[in-house]
Order: sequence, then structure tokens, then C-alpha cells
Amino acid sequence: MTDQHRAGPNWPFWVTIAVITAAYLALLLGMLAATATYSSPHHLLHALGSREIQYATGLSLVSCTIAALLSLVVAVPVGYLMSRGRFAGKNTLDTLLDVPIVLPPMVIGLCLLILFQTPIGRAIDRVVPFTYTVFGVLLAQFTVAAAFAVRQMRTTFDHLPSRPEDVAMTLGCSRGRAVWLVTLPAAKRGMFSAASIAWARSLGEFGPILVFAGATRMKTEVLPTTVWLELSVGNLEAAIAVSLMMVALAVAVLLAMRAVGERP
Amino acid sequence: MIALEHIAIRAGAFALSDVSFTVPEAVYGVLMGPTGCGKTTLVEIICGLRKPESGRVLVNGRDVTHESSGNRGVGYVPQDGAMFPTMTVRQQLGFALRIRRRPVEETAARVAELASQLGIAHLLDRKPHGLSGGERQRVALGRALAARPAVLLLDEPLSALDENMRGDMRDLLKRVQREHGVSVLHVTHDRSEARQVAGLLLVMTEGCVRPADLNTLGAPCTCQP
Repeated sequence: MTDQHRAGPNWPFWVTIAVITAAYLALLLGMLAATATYSSPHHLLHALGSREIQYATGLSLVSCTIAALLSLVVAVPVGYLMSRGRFAGKNTLDTLLDVPIVLPPMVIGLCLLILFQTPIGRAIDRVVPFTYTVFGVLLAQFTVAAAFAVRQMRTTFDHLPSRPEDVAMTLGCSRGRAVWLVTLPAAKRGMFSAASIAWARSLGEFGPILVFAGATRMKTEVLPTTVWLELSVGNLEAAIAVSLMMVALAVAVLLAMRAVGERP
Repeated sequence: MIALEHIAIRAGAFALSDVSFTVPEAVYGVLMGPTGCGKTTLVEIICGLRKPESGRVLVNGRDVTHESSGNRGVGYVPQDGAMFPTMTVRQQLGFALRIRRRPVEETAARVAELASQLGIAHLLDRKPHGLSGGERQRVALGRALAARPAVLLLDEPLSALDENMRGDMRDLLKRVQREHGVSVLHVTHDRSEARQVAGLLLVMTEGCVRPADLNTLGAPCTCQP
């Protein structure tokens, strides 16, 4: 008896996937193209020349860079612990570390605000004022960005074998020195990715900053705050100009990450 | 000399109890047993990468049970070589001496000596990416020997190599053991490999290790696991 079964063609599968991809891409490109062509380049450049927007750009670039570096300082050891450590309560700690990722942004801002109303928070605030200051901007950005960086570093360490580190220890290293000399150089790309993700997350942070640091012009104003402030007073062109600048910065970060990731 | 005395360890469902054996000084010992029977665990205990629940580990008569890995005087060659991915072959061979802050000239001379002995002098400026399995094992062997350890632990050193490379590597391992005068514990699950290199054969079955004659491989275990 011959088998009458014939496998169907593959093209419907690929066509379906192509259509879904194209539809989503059309939404993304349409959104960007509509924003980019809404106003003239002259008006956009004029808007970007304002002192407030220049201040917000400067503060955003500096605070995002500091938040990304601080995130990396935390993400490397915590990511290593979560990847290599075996201890009681690891699952609970894992869940806690993801809290900033799943909490609504406004709630994070509110939690920070309440933390700094406690006796310990007030004591810290008296030494380094965080509430409604530039330091508050930085802390709000760091709180969320660090969670993403930790996740990235954990994945990086998960993909690096631990055996070379063990060998380094048999050759005379302490655990810390083995990590420093063998594992961290191998984790260089992961560290760059973690810092880039933290930087990009910080750049787009708005909710926690608005609640915890406020939206005071020329003080705690970062680029997302500018978009919101300009929209609220009806200055659409300035809002669009800042939005386009943020798109350009985000694309630059993505391209840099891709370039580093593909380097052999 | 490598000696384990009454070693016991438990990890999840896996357990070993009362494992004892000795590999005398300057002897090529082979520990043979089926995959998953705990051979690598014993190697890790000797290296200090795992703590036994009880028992003692002795290296050249010295109790190193509570010493850290780096102070035990052991050279360790894992199954896949475990290269340091960002270092050149030269840096890998000189690693142990660099950690010991030995003079640059001494390190360079030792690296050159090992590279020549192991036939990897032409690879010194290469990184591990692109090295063959045999080349990696030679580098791993040189890296382990650089600080002149008292014992050498080889965990399935031939398993990642093709048939042609195995013969060369077997000869090299025996020659290196003779020339360096180290005690070797070579772990394998391959009977013919064990027969070809062993000076002393130890067989691990059902959680116990006993010396075996090369011709009576597979005799039933008589000790209490």
C-alpha cells in the first residue's frame, strides 16, 4: 500500500509571517515618518535652539550616562550572584529584582517619594537632597535602569561557562581575582549591552521623574519632561523636535549595540 | 602523590560515601568508570572546587582538604580545555606565573619551554577562537604545568578529540608525565584509553573506587559503597 499523504506547500506559512511583519513595520515607520514630516526643519531647528530644551538635553545626556554607569556597578555583581549563586531564597530575590520592570512607572516615583518621607529617607535627604532635585532625577532613572541592566548581566553570565574561572582558581587565583581576570573580560560585550539598555531606559524615563523629582524648567527638566511640558502649553513643534531628537538618540544606541554585538 | 581518604559527598540525589584511593608519586593513574558515576566530582574535590562532607584530601602527603584551590599545588585540565576566551596562548601559558608575580623573563622562558615541549610554539599569539580540539588540550596542559604542580588532574582529556588526534595526545600525556615527574590522575570512561596510558588503574563502580588489574577490568565491586 502506498502512502497517499502529501505535505502541504510552505509558502502560506512564510506569506503569513511576512504580512504580520510588514503590518507592524508599517505602523512603526508610519508613526516616525508622520512625526518627522509634521513640521518644517526650520521650525524644528528653531525649537531646539531654546535654552530650556538645551538644558533638558544636557541634563538628559549627563544623568542617563551616570545612571547607566551606576546601573552597571550594581548589575555586574548582582547579575553574577543570580547566575552563579546557589542559595535559599534565590527565586524570591529574582522576583524582587524584577519589581521595577513590572511596576507602573508612576508607582515607582510614588514609592521613592514615600521612601524619602520616612525617618531614614529624611535623614538622607538632609545630607544629599533627592526629592525634587537633579539627584532625584538620577535616582529615579537608576532605579528602573538597574533592573534592566541586572537582567542583561545575568543572561551574559548564564552564557559564559564557569569552568575557565574554576581553572583560574586552581592556578592560584581567589574567586574575585578569577572573575576579574577571566570572566569580566569575556563579559565585555554583555556589559556594554547592559549599559546601553540602562542608558536607553533612562532616556525614556518620565513617570518616576515627574512624581519624585518634579517637572521644574531649567532644574529637573529632562527630555521626556520637555515633551510633556511643551505639549501641555500647546507648543507642538517643540514637542516634536524633542521627540525626533530622542528617536535619533535611541536609534544611535541600538545601532551601537548591534555593532558591538556582531563584532567577532 | 594523590590520596583520598574516606571521602563522602552528597549533591541532590547523587551521593558518594567512603571513597578512598591513592595514586603514588610520579605514577600515571587512571580513574575509569561509566559516565555520571562521580569521577568529575572526585576531581573537583581534589582541586578544591567542591567541599566533601567528610574525609581528607592529601597532595604529596600534605592535607589540603581545607586549602583553597590555588594553594593545593594541583594542575587541572578540564574536558574541553576551558580556555580563557580573551587571552592569547602566550598569556594562558604564563597565567599561573603572572598570578605568582614571577619576573617577566622567567615567565617568558617557561612559556617558551612549555610551548616547544607541547608543539604549540607557532600558536603563541593566537586566541582560543579557531584553535582545534587538540591544540586547546595542549594549551590547557601547558597552562596547568606552568607553575610546576605536584599533581596533574586530567578530566576526560581525549574525549573531545578525533581518533587521529587521540594517539598523538596519549603519547604526549605519557611523555609529559615522565619528563615532569608529576603524579597524574586521568579520568576516562574509555577502556582502551585507560589500558593504553595507565600505570595504575582505578575503577569506579557503584560509588566505590578500587585498584584493578589492566586485564581484569569489569570484576565485581567488593567494597561497601
